[in-house]
Amino acid sequence: MRVLACIKRVPITGGRILLTADARAINTQHLGFTMSPHEECGVEEAARMIEAYRGDSVVLTLGPPEAVEQLRDAMALGIDRAIHLQTDGQEWDAEGTASALTDAIRTEEGASGRFDIIFFGNESADSGGFQVGARVAHALGRPLVTGLKKVTLEGSAVRCEQEVEGGRDVYVVPLPAVLTVKEGLNLPRYPSVPGRMRARTRPVAVSTPARPAPRLELVRLAVPAGQGRRAESLGAGAGAAPAVVEMLQKAGVL
Amino acid sequence: MTTVLVLMDESDASRQALTLARQFGEPRSMRMDAVKPFAPDAVAAALARAADDLNVSAVFAPGTDRGNEVIARLAARTGLPFAANCIAATPGDPATLTRLRWGGSLLEEARLHSPRPLITVAPHTVPADSGPAPVEVDVKAPAEADLVVRVVDHVAPSNGGLSLAEAKVIVSGGRGVGSKEGFAIIEDLAGLLGAAVGCSRAVTSAGWRPHSDQVGQTGTKVTPDVYIACGISGATQHMAGLKGAKRILAINSDPQAPLMLNADYTVTGDLKEIVPAISAEIRKRR
Ligand SMILES: Cc1cc2nc3c(=O)[nH]c(=O)nc-3n(C[C@@H](O)[C@H](O)[C@H](O)COP(=O)(O)OP(=O)(O)OC[C@H]3O[C@@H](n4cnc5c(N)ncnc54)[C@H](O)[C@@H]3O)c2cc1C
Ligand SMILES: Cc1cc2nc3c(=O)[nH]c(=O)nc-3n(C[C@H](O)[C@H](O)[C@H](O)COP(=O)(O)OP(=O)(O)OC[C@H]3O[C@@H](n4cnc5c(N)ncnc54)[C@H](O)[C@@H]3O)c2cc1C
Repeated sequence: MRVLACIKRVPITGGRILLTADARAINTQHLGFTMSPHEECGVEEAARMIEAYRGDSVVLTLGPPEAVEQLRDAMALGIDRAIHLQTDGQEWDAEGTASALTDAIRTEEGASGRFDIIFFGNESADSGGFQVGARVAHALGRPLVTGLKKVTLEGSAVRCEQEVEGGRDVYVVPLPAVLTVKEGLNLPRYPSVPGRMRARTRPVAVSTPARPAPRLELVRLAVPAGQGRRAESLGAGAGAAPAVVEMLQKAGVL
Repeated sequence: MTTVLVLMDESDASRQALTLARQFGEPRSMRMDAVKPFAPDAVAAALARAADDLNVSAVFAPGTDRGNEVIARLAARTGLPFAANCIAATPGDPATLTRLRWGGSLLEEARLHSPRPLITVAPHTVPADSGPAPVEVDVKAPAEADLVVRVVDHVAPSNGGLSLAEAKVIVSGGRGVGSKEGFAIIEDLAGLLGAAVGCSRAVTSAGWRPHSDQVGQTGTKVTPDVYIACGISGATQHMAGLKGAKRILAINSDPQAPLMLNADYTVTGDLKEIVPAISAEIRKRR
């Protein structure tokens, strides 16, 4: 079988978000980068499927040259090879992102065969547009199931569990399918040293698509006002216990 | 005045979406469960048809999982841009809006160039509309192709225990708890308080607790009366899950940890001494 995972490079923002001077982006000068936890679970699931059923797994990203780090991270988790649609660092809107991904998927499938499953994150960690997977699925004419916490192959179909209030809804759809997943789908492995070494030698196919004008146009970003919590000290060490208990009593929970 | 279409269920989030929708026109509504069992493509198709029939100027939905998923499908099939999780929106050409990024840790001001804006409204960011319920539109029988993706079964929640999302008190542990076994003192205090146990992503990634305990952007958003954070630094993605917490008590050896600066109450020191001392104090007073 063939499985694809789509990932996006995002900064690890830590305790406080700092913006660039023009307030159009996060100041990432001192930050590390990662793929979103949702997408990492998609990568892990793709790797496990190919380990179980054999075949070919591919990871795809649209992003700046440095996004090759996240592609290598995915290959360290077991993905066979990568496709990198390189941008000049400018951001794309979700429509533009989806159409570039769709084109790349069509080209890849034309050369190497259809993907049985394409994994996306339910939403990206940074922009949270909730839509790239839906747009790609529609363009390819494939069924889409979203927000999944469990995925099981059943012959030529896939059983999907989606978290909802009061449990999980179940969908069974025929392959090929597009699935968007959430963290908790699985516990991604910690990449082994040999896995990391292997990832360095695995192939990354690079191309540079043209960026269409965005229709959802970013004007500026802002950090929301704090919630005005006062941080009153109840003391230090075990001696603070009585003050804590009094606070809990006042709050009416004890 | 133009007509707008609002996808609604029984949630408060739907009444909040209605508030923003009224700024764009006279609302008509469609039910989220217009097609039973739930079939998101069929709902999206019905929305597309109703939007054309009524020539609506915009389509709104609550920024819940269901709302976002249906509008994403509507956007895909109509080729229109979609702005998810907005907290403000003004009609115009382009429409201007403010939306949440990073699970609410960052705001984005944007312009939406579209003949028919598709907008979901982030839950609990806009007051709920208390006006009359909009008139519902009729939904025709769905096409077979739009029923390929539909709910065929439901499984009950696996842990019969306290739901994190609804818990009134949560005792939550981070990397500072040190190990899976270290959570015994967290569970003991939670037991005394009738509280749910929560944790940070550092803890779930290490395999100490299941992901269903994780609080934050990619975990659960919680709304307790009291949230007790033990050995959690307070990364923005963790704080994104705490916006609805009434009171936060932070216990941390580092007084400068972001959570210590964004809490209502703090205790500085080693959680391995402080948490058992709080449990002992509660027992003593019983
Ligand atoms: C400076 C700056 C300017 C920006 N300008 C705009 C703008 O004008 N308009 C706008 O809409 N957005 C803008 N963005 C955000 C933009 O990069 C979005 O992230 C992009 O539109 C994709 O949408 P999304 O992340 O919301 O996708 P979602 O729909 O939330 O993503 C869902 C899933 O799709 C996949 N996916 C998403 N992006 C990629 C990718 N690049 N490669 C591979 N898979 C991917 C992942 O699996 C992800 O989990 C800007 C961001 C910055 C920092
Ligand atoms: C896209 C994305 C999404 C994410 N989503 C989430 C999410 O949903 N939820 C989440 O929690 N994280 C999330 N994260 C991860 C987040 O960025 C942090 O890495 C994580 O929250 C850190 O967990 P922590 O506070 O337990 O660990 P650390 O940051 O390592 O903090 C440990 C704290 O414990 C204190 N400490 C250590 N020993 C003791 C002791 N003996 N007594 C008292 N205090 C002690 C330290 O001073 C420190 O403050 C996400 C990250 C990304 C990039």
